[in-house]
Amino acid sequence: MTPDMDHRHTDHGVDHVIDVRGLRTQFGDFVVHDNLDLGVRRGEILGVVGGSGTGKSVLMRAIIGLKIPAAGTVNVFGQNYYEADEEETLGIERRWGVLFQGGALFSSLTVAQNIMAPIREHLKIEGELAKDMAALKISMVGLAAEAGAKYPSELSGGMNKRAGLARALALDPELLFLDEPTAGLDPIGAAKFDELIVNLKESLGLTVFMVTHDLDTLHAACDRVAVLAEKRVIACGPLDEVRRNAHPWIQEYFAGPRGRAALTAKAGQGELRIG
Amino acid sequence: MSETAAFFDVGVEDGILRLVAKGDWRARHLGRVDAQLRDFSDDSVGRELVIDLSNLERLDTTGAMMLQRTFFACGSRSQLSKYIGGSDAQRALLDQVSSHLAPCHVTPFQPNAFLAMLNRLGLGVMDAYHATLQLMSFIGFTLASAFRVLTRPSHFRWTSTFHHMEEAGLNAIPIVGLMSFLIGAVVAFMGARILQLFNADIFTVELVGISVLREFGVLLTAILIAGRSGSAFTAQIGSMKIREEIDAMRVLGLEPMEVLVLPRVFALVIMLPAIAFIAAMLGLIGGGLVAWLAMDISPALFLARMQETIIMNHFWAGLIKAPFFAFVIAVIGCFQGMQVEGSSESLGQRTTLSVVQSLFLVIVIDAFFAMFFLEIDF
Repeated sequence: MTPDMDHRHTDHGVDHVIDVRGLRTQFGDFVVHDNLDLGVRRGEILGVVGGSGTGKSVLMRAIIGLKIPAAGTVNVFGQNYYEADEEETLGIERRWGVLFQGGALFSSLTVAQNIMAPIREHLKIEGELAKDMAALKISMVGLAAEAGAKYPSELSGGMNKRAGLARALALDPELLFLDEPTAGLDPIGAAKFDELIVNLKESLGLTVFMVTHDLDTLHAACDRVAVLAEKRVIACGPLDEVRRNAHPWIQEYFAGPRGRAALTAKAGQGELRIG
Repeated sequence: MSETAAFFDVGVEDGILRLVAKGDWRARHLGRVDAQLRDFSDDSVGRELVIDLSNLERLDTTGAMMLQRTFFACGSRSQLSKYIGGSDAQRALLDQVSSHLAPCHVTPFQPNAFLAMLNRLGLGVMDAYHATLQLMSFIGFTLASAFRVLTRPSHFRWTSTFHHMEEAGLNAIPIVGLMSFLIGAVVAFMGARILQLFNADIFTVELVGISVLREFGVLLTAILIAGRSGSAFTAQIGSMKIREEIDAMRVLGLEPMEVLVLPRVFALVIMLPAIAFIAAMLGLIGGGLVAWLAMDISPALFLARMQETIIMNHFWAGLIKAPFFAFVIAVIGCFQGMQVEGSSESLGQRTTLSVVQSLFLVIVIDAFFAMFFLEIDF
């Protein structure tokens, strides 16, 4: 059985929000992904891991339409972004939210104005309601009300990420893309961020596509894990299943000192909960 | 029905207000309902309220926020106020938003317009004062570093200097040359028209020669270089500042003054006179060509007349200004780059300032030179 058929078999009948088939991306002659398949199920948090330079961020960019694939199809909400007309792509874009690695807030706008920007643009909502919506998102991501009036350059790295998340959530997306959401946060901040993502997923019914390096996040937040190596997804499934995969990179990743530490921490938590 | 709008009915049942939310309560449909709902909650402050969700098709955070806002504004404290109907997910969403209803600040605090104007005026004056002081100290620092480097040539960055000489100097020659050529031609044309009236065609040579050699050649070069390279210096150094590269240099023991500023200053001070010279020559060629084609002053006659009437002073008066212009343009470009802080907006402002200030100073210096030369009869 080819890996491709296997993939279809195991996911038979499952509702895929993102469906990537036979994806190839390249920069000039340098091939980043070749014949890559990946499905993201509705309502799950999928963590995408892989070594540096395996193209985790590039994969995300290919899905959200920022890196045109050389071959293969990318379907989001059952529609091919790259074949959709202008109105359809706009429709897709309104249904997803993206948090870039550095937050990517517009530096000439305050945090609240950043959040109000897509609300104004896409929902044509102005005035009090737009302000209330911005206030709601700011509070939901755990920022203080005063932070709304601050400019991105006045915020710390962690606050920038939270503000970026608030903007990504502005339109109540069904699908959320997070590019290394916990990178650069202190452990407490990172743990809170994980908790926040899980909470939002549960209360809003989000599907989350998360690129991450953070083993703790994988344990704490992700329903399934996809491992990128050798230009494709070499394993995709629940964490425990993926960890048993014999691929050397996966073994090194999960059995290395940091992987073990994260695992022990999680086991400890489990015991505590039982006790 | 895929696109049902959001709406609500209000009724009274057993003396208790009842709000029935219907349809699709997601943000995209809520713009119109918001005002009505605000009116409703303003009218019913403190009354008991039952919110009926059984006819609600969809709900998102915005809808939940609006319902909770209304609920709390009315009679949330009363035992009789409650939600009825609605799915578990909708109830969960209502719970989720209930602790996030406080308004937030949108823009920084702004005092009233008159005070704000006074404030801006005061800040502007203080800024100008501080900026002048800082610029002075930067110029002083540049000169001191330049002197230090000249005494210890091993500290001089040759590669970088040559790179900037090519980038800011050599690559600017085509555009500067073309501009100067055209201006020379235009001056000759304009002069020819007027001078022909007095039968003084031949004075076109003096007109072109003196104006191009004394002023236009060097001034045009300085203006183009300020727009072309001054702005580039600010943008390069400014983006390095934003990305903390300047700080990285300092901690690595590299002096940004030596690494970034001096090569640019030296490169311009060396190259600008050279380009100004080329510009002046091309300006003369442009003027000469027009004189030849439009007024039958042959190139030989043009040259002979020039040698006869135009003394070398005019040439030197133009060229001597070039290094001063170059210094001002390079120093202001680097200075403004160093002043960039944090955002890309600041980078844009500084780049604009850099070009405006260096152009202004170039013209001011030019005026000083003009007066000075007049006084000493040069």
